[in-house]
Parts: sequence; structure tokens; C-alpha cells
Amino acid sequence: MPKTPLDGALVLIAAWGIIGLAGLLRPHSVRFVGRVLFPLSALCGLALAVVAVAGMAAPTSRALLLVGLPDLPIHLRCDALACLFLLVLGAATTGISLFAGGYFRQGHGTAPGLLCLQYHIFLASMGCVLLADDAYAFMVAWESMALSSYFLVTTQHRLAEIRRAGFLYLLIAHLGAIAILLSFGVLQGGSWQFTFDSMRAAHLSAPWATAAFLLALLGFGAKAGLVPLHVWLPEAHPAAPSPVSALMSGVMLKTAIYGVLRVSFDLLGAPPWWWGLIALGVGLGSAFYGVIFTAVQTDMKRLLAWSSIENIGIIFAGLGLAIIFHGFGMGALAALALVAALYHCLNHAFMKSLLFCGTGAVLHATGQRNLGRLGGLMRGMPWVAWLTLIGALAIAGLPPLNGFVSEWLLLQAFLFAGDVPRAFVDMLLPVGAAIVALCTALAGYAMVKFYGVIFLGQPREPALADAQDAGFLERAGLVWLAAGCVALGVLPVQVIGMLNTVCRGLLGVSLADPATQWWLLAPTAARGASYAPPVFMAMSALVIVLTLLAVRMLYHRRVRRAPPWDCGYVRLDARMQDSAEGFGQPIRHIFEPFFLIRRELPGAFDRSPRYRMEISDRIWRYAYEPVALLVRRVADLVTVLQQGRISTYLMYSFVTLLVLLGVVL
Amino acid sequence: MRTLHLATQGLEIGAAIGAAPLFVGWVNQCRAWLQNRRAPGLLLPYRGIRKLFHKDAVLAEHASSLFRITPYMVFGAMVLVAAIIPSMGTRLPLTVAADSIALVGLLATARMFMSLAAMDIGTAFGTLGARREMMVGFLAEPALLMVIFVAAMISQTTSLAAIAEHLSSQTLALYPSLAFTAVAFTLVLLAENARIPVDNPATHLELTMIHEAMLLEYSARHLALLEWAAALKLFNYACIGIALFVPWGVATGSQGPAGLLVSVPALALKLAAAGAGLALIETVSAKLRVFRAPELMATAFLFAVLGLLVHLLLGA
Repeated sequence: MPKTPLDGALVLIAAWGIIGLAGLLRPHSVRFVGRVLFPLSALCGLALAVVAVAGMAAPTSRALLLVGLPDLPIHLRCDALACLFLLVLGAATTGISLFAGGYFRQGHGTAPGLLCLQYHIFLASMGCVLLADDAYAFMVAWESMALSSYFLVTTQHRLAEIRRAGFLYLLIAHLGAIAILLSFGVLQGGSWQFTFDSMRAAHLSAPWATAAFLLALLGFGAKAGLVPLHVWLPEAHPAAPSPVSALMSGVMLKTAIYGVLRVSFDLLGAPPWWWGLIALGVGLGSAFYGVIFTAVQTDMKRLLAWSSIENIGIIFAGLGLAIIFHGFGMGALAALALVAALYHCLNHAFMKSLLFCGTGAVLHATGQRNLGRLGGLMRGMPWVAWLTLIGALAIAGLPPLNGFVSEWLLLQAFLFAGDVPRAFVDMLLPVGAAIVALCTALAGYAMVKFYGVIFLGQPREPALADAQDAGFLERAGLVWLAAGCVALGVLPVQVIGMLNTVCRGLLGVSLADPATQWWLLAPTAARGASYAPPVFMAMSALVIVLTLLAVRMLYHRRVRRAPPWDCGYVRLDARMQDSAEGFGQPIRHIFEPFFLIRRELPGAFDRSPRYRMEISDRIWRYAYEPVALLVRRVADLVTVLQQGRISTYLMYSFVTLLVLLGVVL
Repeated sequence: MRTLHLATQGLEIGAAIGAAPLFVGWVNQCRAWLQNRRAPGLLLPYRGIRKLFHKDAVLAEHASSLFRITPYMVFGAMVLVAAIIPSMGTRLPLTVAADSIALVGLLATARMFMSLAAMDIGTAFGTLGARREMMVGFLAEPALLMVIFVAAMISQTTSLAAIAEHLSSQTLALYPSLAFTAVAFTLVLLAENARIPVDNPATHLELTMIHEAMLLEYSARHLALLEWAAALKLFNYACIGIALFVPWGVATGSQGPAGLLVSVPALALKLAAAGAGLALIETVSAKLRVFRAPELMATAFLFAVLGLLVHLLLGA
């Protein structure tokens, strides 16, 4: 029996590794991998979540593994912060692995057994990232995470488009890794000891500390998908199989948040307030940029990928706010902002995994990712439709689901900033609150579009009419994730009790004890600023049921079915509904300067008129493409030297030798 | 004291549900007078709702269950909103459960369900209405939130009841920030309740409709509930405005039952004035093209942010 949470977590991570290897026993058996291994992996995830919850209150535990290179033992450490993210990993994986058990089928890409190995290496390396306590172990785990997920993204490696997406992902992941490596290099502060303990002890001068923070923000920001390093996200997420997209978006992006928290609050100690302003600005920018692009997407997984950028932006805004308040010594508010950010991490893990898995089920049933070819799936796939609805409402920040709780906490933190010593910060914060409110409302718009176009209305293709609902394992996974969304929404006090432990570890202060009443969330001293989700939920249910009963008792319940009325128009067909492009049109119109729109309009006398429109990212066009062009130009120059004949190369060596001799003599 | 608070809560919910169609009738009456028409009866909205309840419901063949539960969800959300707003007294038991941010969230929930239900049948008008509703909503919602934030920062709490209590305890003083936000709030009220200049509640031209386009496929009891919910929404918005900008007279709990004797007639008077004002605005303004509506909402949003900045600069 493991004694510390660290031991428990290690055992479970090792179990994941073994499950992965077991996949190689019968690599082509979908039944063995799907029905046996993936449910086992879900069980490990559940156990990890339990261990993490138990470990949150336990004292920090450490371990030293004498494996790997000589003289470089692996340091491991498990504190409350690591436990929280292990909880995210375990709890989300439970649902995703269950879903994956039903999802993976024999296809053209990687064999199921191999996929199972990659998937579990990915899970195990994420666990190791969270437990690592020295830079070597961290980087090794971080890179295995990037590589294993790269192979998962390119499961359908026969498609050129997917190879391209994978390459872009790998490229940006490595840019980020270099920045993180450099950040660790700065953090060791001349001691050349790369354990996190020595980094904590090293007292860096202010400029070096800033350099370390900025490098870490760059490195982890690349992984998290902060604008302008977000370009890989909308490419890689649609390319990956749905459970993998769910893991990447729901869990892997959170490891980047973990990294920023670890570096800024733990390794660097006391971050000055203006770092927070940078994080806040970048976060709000990402949130806004992400959400407007979410609203105009026409591919359902790409839409969700952009929505991840938005949510990561909101988390970073909360982090930045926490750093600002912490820097000014406003403990209670810093705790509030940090709790909001951490809460949103948990929430997003559940909501986004749920939505990605939902799109996976739709993809399987219909073979379509394009919103323009979906519709009306609510009737054929009621399970998927209703469970996805929970995710869509949650991510739009509607009470009493979980997205609302973190939004509420964040807005409270923005609102009661009150007396920040710098006047201009004081003025900026409410504007930040306005941006958060706008992003939430826009997320609602995007989710109505996402949900309405896929599940409601009439099927846009004849084949959709006989779409099958998800199988048992897939349903089980979706139910777990949806239940998580509801539970996190209704019982926030208990969750905040846990988050408070993390807060105390990082900031030294925690939120004023919220657990005075188990049902009432009142984190600030402000009188009456409270939210009681259980009461709220009970009252909503009561009112709705009473209305229903009253209408049925007082009147009648007769229903007649007829063709849709549509103002008397009789030849209604599915093409008259809004397409995804049509539904996004107001956003395109209002935020036009942000998009790069290419339209192909038919002329008046075209025999076969075509209308095409493509929306692309200005950042890609004006920041990335010039760099890529430059690199190619330079590479072209180098090829002049490359003749491919051995005599020429011998000539080069000879000339070099001569020149060197000339220099020496 | 506790029973008094419970009684106030019950009275408020009952009054809101009962009087909401009356308020709509009053607005229509004022509008008819201003436009030199003979006014329809004050009780016409009640008759309409009653008639609808007695009819057989006709559903489109492929309507899903989401379509059927939406009227109940929307009506329920509006009743809950009515329960949270301190229109008669500020010591309401339910205000603990939901503050003003939750109130905006509730309104958003209703809007989202309404739009989803409108997309469910898959008609051209339904999706058009849903899209337009969300277009107006995504700008109106943050604007409303900013309006509430200004009042929240003045009173240092997000609870609507506590805000109303704080503001009503002040002597009659002009807050410049609240003046800005009052303008913003009026614009939000017009847009969110499908009034002229954003939408026309009496329109018969489908292409110009927003709210009505979403209801096209509903009939009988479902339609009755949605009409009633729309009336409740207007009533609620008027009460939010009263609570934020003219809260004087509201029972704050210290006066005992006598407080209600003042606050109920005061509320009735304020609502009558608000209804007349609304009718006046609708009479003197023309309907905007749909694509001008976002500009109007952006103006509202900026007014609210301006109010916030004025509050921070002047501290008032």
C-alpha cells in the first residue's frame, strides 16, 4: 500500500505505462484494446483523481529515483499544486479513456495497439511533468509529452494535411521547449544545480528574474496556445482523433498553466506586480482573439480549438490578476483571482473534453467534421445531443453549470479590486472585466451556433437521417464528463476548499473560509455578494416543474403534429436553414478588421455560379509566413554550396584548411 | 421578521407573474394614445394568453424535446429573475442564492434556450431570428453587466438587493456615473425586449422580426408561456432599472410591514411612469436596420464603460 500520495501517483503512472505496453500484445485487436485496456486506463485515472484529492491535504512528499544517467537521479515532489493538476489529469482521463474505449476502431492509420501505447505514454508523461522536481526530469517528461502527442496527432498520417498540422505542432512545441530550457538556465542562478530546490534557493536579481519569467511565459505560452503562439492549436486539434484532442485541450494545455504557476509563484518566489499586467494583457487578448475566431469557424473541431484559446486566455487573465494583487500585497484578492483561474482550469478540463468527445461521436456517426454537412442529429443521437448540450451551456458560462462559477469568481476579483496603488491599473481592471463579460457573451453566441447547427434543425445531408447514437462505453465517458460539469457547478464550496490548499501553498494566503455554509459561495467581504448554486438549481427545478404541472392541471395536454408552418411556405427544405457561415455572418461583419477574408463571388452571367469564402488568421499571414519565407530564402542560398559531388566537398575542405593555415601562420 | 421577508418574496413573485401582462397592456395603451389611436383594452394581453392556453398545441413533425421544454425553461428563468430583483423589498430570502451576475446569467440562459429552440425546426425564419437574437444579445449582455458593475462598485457589493438598499439610503444626489449608465441601460432594455428601434413587437413583416421570428413555430400553451415570459422580461427589466436608478421607497426591512404599504404603491407609480416613458421612446423613434442594432448596442456598452471610468475618476 503506498504511503504518500507521491507513491500512489507513481504506481498509477507506472500502471498506465504497463497498460500501454500491453497494447502491443495484440496490436490489431480493437476488442482487446478498446474493451479491456482503455477501461482499465480509465480506472487508473479515477484512482489517480482519488489519490490527488487525498494528497491535497497531505504534507509535501518527495522521492529520489536512482534511474537514468549516472549522477543525475530523478527528483520527484508532490505538493498541493501538483495534486490539483493530477486531479485534472485523473478526472478528465477517466471520462476520456472510457470514451476512447468505444471510439478507436480499425482504420487506415496507426494500429489500435500502437495507438494505445502512444496514448498511455502521453498520459504517463503528463503525470511525470507534474511530479518532476528538477529541470532534467521536467524537460524529459515535457518532451516525451510533446513527442507522444505528436504521434497521436498524426494518427491519420497518410493525409498530407494532417502531416502538415503535426509538423507545425512539433515546431512550435520545440520553440516553446527551448524557451523553457533557457528559463531554467536563468533560474539556476549560477549555482549550476538544476534541482527545483536549488532554484528556489537562488535569489535572482530583478532583471534576471524578469528574464526567467518572460522566457517561461513564452515557453509555456507556446504550449498553452496564447496569441500569437496559438497557430498550431486550430491545426493540430482537428487533425487528432477526438479523445486525443480532448486530452490535449482538456489536460495538456493545463500542464502549461501548471508550468507558469510553478515558475512564477514557486521557483521565483515573489513576482512583482507588473508581470501580472503582462499576463493579464496577453490573456485578455487571447481570450478576445480566440472567441471571435470561434464564432466564425465552420469545422466543428477547429471551432472548439479556437474556443480553447479563449479559455486559456481567461485562465491567464486570472493568473495575471493574481500576480498583480499579490505584488501589491492584497492577499485576499490575489487568492480570489487565483482560485478563479484554477477553478477555470478544472472546469475547462471537463467541458472541453466533453465537447471534443461529443464531436468525436458525431464524427463517427456521420463521417463529417464540416458544420455545413451536419444538422438535426438530436433525433438520431439523443444521448450525445443532450450530454453535449450540458457542455455547450457550461462553456457559455450559464448558471448553474460550472463555467459560470469561475466566471463569477473572476468578475468578483475584477470588481472589488478597489484600491490598487497605481491609478492606471485601477482604471484598467474594470475594462478587463468588460472584456471578460464580452468574451463570455460571444462564447454563448459561438456555442449556439455550434450546437444548433450540429444537433438542431433538419439534416443537411440525406445520410444523416440514419446516424446512430454512441455506444455504451462512449456514452459512459460522456456521462462522466457531463456529471463533472454539473457537480463542479453545483458544489463550488467544496471545490474551493481544495483550491484553497493550493492557494495557501503558493501565495501564503487563502480565501476567507468559504465553508461557513456548505451551499453558499460568498468569497468576498462584500455584503450580499453571494451565490448559492444548490438553492439556485433547486429553485429553478421547482419553478419549472410547478409551471409544467400548473399548465397540465389547469388546461389540457393535447398535442397535434403537423408540417412546420414557416409562415405558410410549403416547400421548406434543409438548405434554407442558416449554414455555419450564415450564422457567423454578424460576427464577421462586426469584427471584420480582425479577420483576413477572401471572397470568391459569382458574376452576374456565370453559368455555374460559385460562392466561396475563406477566413484566415492575420497573425499567420503577417507574422509567420514572412518568417517562413525568410528561412526558405536563406536555405536556398545555402544550397548553392551543396553540389552533391564529393570532389566539390573535398575542395571545400582543402580551401578551408588553406585559409586556416594562413590564419595560424 | 422572517415571515415578513418570506411574505415579501412571495408577494413579489406573485405580483410579477400577475402584473406583467398588465404592464404590457399599459405600455400598449400609452402608445396608442400617443399615436392618436383608440387604445385596446388594458386587459387585452390576459385575454390573448387565456385564449392560447385553451387551444390545441400544434408541433412541427420533427420538433425535438428541446423545443417542447424551452417555453417552461424560459418562463421559469423569468420567474426566478423576478424573485431576485428587489422591486418591493430588499430583504428577500432568494437574493442570497443569486446576485446580479447570476441574474444576468439567468437572462442569458433564457436567451440561449430561446435561440436553440428557434433553430430546432430548421426553418429559414427561425434560424434568422436566432442569429439576430444572439447578435443583439452578445452585445447587450456585457452592456447590462457593465451597468450593474457601476452600481456594484458604488455600493461595494454585487447583490442587487444590497445595491438597492445602499442607493435608496443615500440622499437624492446625482451620480454622474449612474447618469451615463442609465442611458446605457435604457438602450439595453429596448434591445433585449424587442422594442423599437431594434425590433418591433407589433410587426407583421417577417423579414424585420427578431423576437417574433423565433416564436413562429410555437402555438397554444407553449406560445402562451413564451408571450407571458416576454411580458415578464419587460416587467423585470423595468424593475431592474427602478432598483438601480430610482430605488427610493423600497422596503428595506427596518420599517416592518408598513414598509410594504409604501413600497407597493411606489412601485406601481414608478412602473406606470416607466411604461409611459417606454411608449414615448417607441413613438418618437424609428426602427433601425438590423445591422445598425449592433452599433446601438456598442454605444450602450461604451456608455456603460464610460460610466465606470467616470465613477473611478470622480469617485461618484
